Amino acid sequence: MKIARKMIHRWAAALLLASALLLMGAASDAGGQGQRFDRLGHNLMCQCGCGQVLLECNHVGCSTSEQMRKEMKLAMARGDSDQVILAGFVGKYGPTVLSAPTTTGFNRVAWIMPVVIFVAALGAVMLVVRAWKKRNPPSGPTNSGGQPPEELDEFRRRAREETAL
Amino acid sequence: MPQIGSFTLLLGLALSVYAFAAGLFAIVRDDDRLSETARRAGIAVFLAVTAASGILVYAAFHNDFSVAYILHHSNRALPGAYKFAALWSGQEGSLLFWCWLLAIYGLVLRLRHRVDTRLVAYASVILSAVQIFFLILVNFAAHPFALVTGAVPADGNGLNPLLQYPEMVIHPPMLYLGYVGMTVPFCFALAALIMKYPGEKWIHITRRWTMVGWLFLTCGIFLGSYWAYRVLGWGGWWGWDPVENASLLPWLTGTAFLHSVMMQEKRGMMKVWNMWLIFSTFLLAIFGTFLTRSGVVSSVHAFAESDIGPYFVYFLALTFATCMFFYVRNRSHLESEHKLESLISRESSFLFNNVLLLVSAFAVLWGTLFPVLSEWVTGHKVTVGPPFFNKVNIPIALFLLLLTAVGPLLAWRKTSTESLRKNFLIPAVIAVVFGVALMAMGYVKPWVDMSYFYSLMTIMLSVLVAATIGSEFIRGGLVIARHNDSNVFHGMYLLTRRNTRRYGGYIVHLGVIVTMIGFAGVAFYQNSEQELGFGDKMAIGPYTLVCRSYTQDDKPNYSSEWAILDIYKGGKQITTMYPEQRFYKASGQPATIVANRSTIMEDLYLVYTGKNPENGRPIIKAHLNPLVWWIWAGAHFILVGTIIALVPNMQTKRKKLAPGGQARAPADIPAESPVEAGGD
Repeated sequence: MKIARKMIHRWAAALLLASALLLMGAASDAGGQGQRFDRLGHNLMCQCGCGQVLLECNHVGCSTSEQMRKEMKLAMARGDSDQVILAGFVGKYGPTVLSAPTTTGFNRVAWIMPVVIFVAALGAVMLVVRAWKKRNPPSGPTNSGGQPPEELDEFRRRAREETAL
Repeated sequence: MPQIGSFTLLLGLALSVYAFAAGLFAIVRDDDRLSETARRAGIAVFLAVTAASGILVYAAFHNDFSVAYILHHSNRALPGAYKFAALWSGQEGSLLFWCWLLAIYGLVLRLRHRVDTRLVAYASVILSAVQIFFLILVNFAAHPFALVTGAVPADGNGLNPLLQYPEMVIHPPMLYLGYVGMTVPFCFALAALIMKYPGEKWIHITRRWTMVGWLFLTCGIFLGSYWAYRVLGWGGWWGWDPVENASLLPWLTGTAFLHSVMMQEKRGMMKVWNMWLIFSTFLLAIFGTFLTRSGVVSSVHAFAESDIGPYFVYFLALTFATCMFFYVRNRSHLESEHKLESLISRESSFLFNNVLLLVSAFAVLWGTLFPVLSEWVTGHKVTVGPPFFNKVNIPIALFLLLLTAVGPLLAWRKTSTESLRKNFLIPAVIAVVFGVALMAMGYVKPWVDMSYFYSLMTIMLSVLVAATIGSEFIRGGLVIARHNDSNVFHGMYLLTRRNTRRYGGYIVHLGVIVTMIGFAGVAFYQNSEQELGFGDKMAIGPYTLVCRSYTQDDKPNYSSEWAILDIYKGGKQITTMYPEQRFYKASGQPATIVANRSTIMEDLYLVYTGKNPENGRPIIKAHLNPLVWWIWAGAHFILVGTIIALVPNMQTKRKKLAPGGQARAPADIPAESPVEAGGD
């Protein structure tokens, strides 16, 4: 009975994970022309000196952002792919026109490092906790008595009831 | 007057040097009288720097354009409030403002010296060292009283138009109070390390000071966001600009400290970690200041490039070396009293919370500095903008939300999976049902776009957090209500009064989730831009904008032009809005004044962007920003929650808590506290 319940939990967890991954996969590709313009516009920086994303330039009557938007709409109307459009902008304005580093060359380091640090930090915490658990058998009557955690929960519940105001 | 200002600054420096040197000698020779003179010199620093700040403000109000700083940051027609704000609107003035705030914190610290005379004496010496650095800057590197060479102009250049908003009068002081406020916990932490302070009193003092600094920093960040939203006119509130990131870095490490410090108080754990979190928070506050003032990274908010960068580099290096030296020398004092026993425990949830906050801080720092690194390695600069920061930080934020939901359900030392499952089941079911309902009703379609998926996750996790926190309040409130024969709300009130820190903390968490729900609205943002002549219509979401007219005005400081737009929803006129464009005469710069109609569901945000140069027709840009109201509402929750957490506990007749309001959980008893006594 216990094994069957465990199996059900594992299958449920796997199903949940698979659904989430499917949703994420599906989510990354879809979107209409308006959303495409919005997405591309957020992948580019305005070159007027405002230091903001193209679609968020707040300079009053900014002719540079207006021109860049026109260029983007034109390229989209031509049927250029996202990559071609972005490459066109990089060719014209230089690599700083992209609002995020690419995933090529040294720029890859920008994306990899946070993930490496995240995984390393989580791994380090897990290792430290395991090492502590192995090296230092927990002290005090809580565990020296050998009670399982379920029993402790029961004690806590009773303690709560008895000590409640 | 400028000469008197210069003199008071020099006097302040001399007094700081005395407070530092005499304080140090007094500690070495154990001389109480000398220590008292150092303390009084520290108090006198406050008077000197206050006088200098007052003189600069006086110069602004009296249009003394012989002072270069006033010439560049004020003009005759500038309204009074902005003349006052000129104090922190430029490089030199803002450094003086920093000195003044540090002097205020120093004054409070020294007046409250009886809390622990010896610890305060050490902390006071360290604070004097920091004060000396900033006073050296304003005396020799960025002098606010520098005089204009040649003839004095009749009028000033005026204040940057983007700074001429009410929010700018309050946002920088809040942010600076946060930055500078992180100096005090740093001083206490380093002092405790140097003197091998026995006991945990220092950590209680440090925690409270950190909460004060954190509160101001949080308010400053939110006010900055509000200013960006209402003033900059791009329709957003956070652009991941280096200056914004600089304020986030100490906030993240400070938040991590406020969580992990509980492990030190309750279980005597994580002492090294906490010490370095405090050091990092202070170093990052200084580093952020360095970033905004040195020109290392380009930013729309940065001060003009100057040569004060190297001063900050030396100061940072010296501070880090000092911290490292005393850490290496006295690290045996920081050994943990207990070890972590289980991965499913309150301690481990704090540990993972810390890891996530620090990874987030690293990602922000990394992204901010990567353009510099890239240029150094490859010779080419790249831009690291919002797409990078969003992609890296949103998953981390979601993990943090999950931990916020799980954390309160975990006991100290260890929790059984059965207990966790029992407590977690109902909130989890509520969150899943809520998410499914949102999808079924067509509000969120996570399969359409990644941003929708993140939004749905954010909302579901927020509901999960709200449910777990709600159950904590209700459960505790019911116990007290049963005993007092009152209702559950009164029970919850008493519960909060009896453990302000724990339940204030929960209210802060509620504020965080309310804010996160506001962030989730970004995915549903819409915008539209159109030329609008008289009688023209423009549609966005459920709204229709009809242009009634345009009008102009002229004031001493600026001339302006308004669009008068009638707003219709469902065929009925609901309001009239007036987006405005200004032209500031002194600086010759244009600026927009956003018209915003905020409701709990969405903001209708209108910008008068200018006129089409080809046909002269006015252009209106409309943004429909869903759920923005929630961001500012969340900020209020955070503010209230932090203030509650700062208030001392109401003492019950049955038990008296240890100093600091919290009793350490003994190692030899099951550590989950009774409901009314709480425990964090």
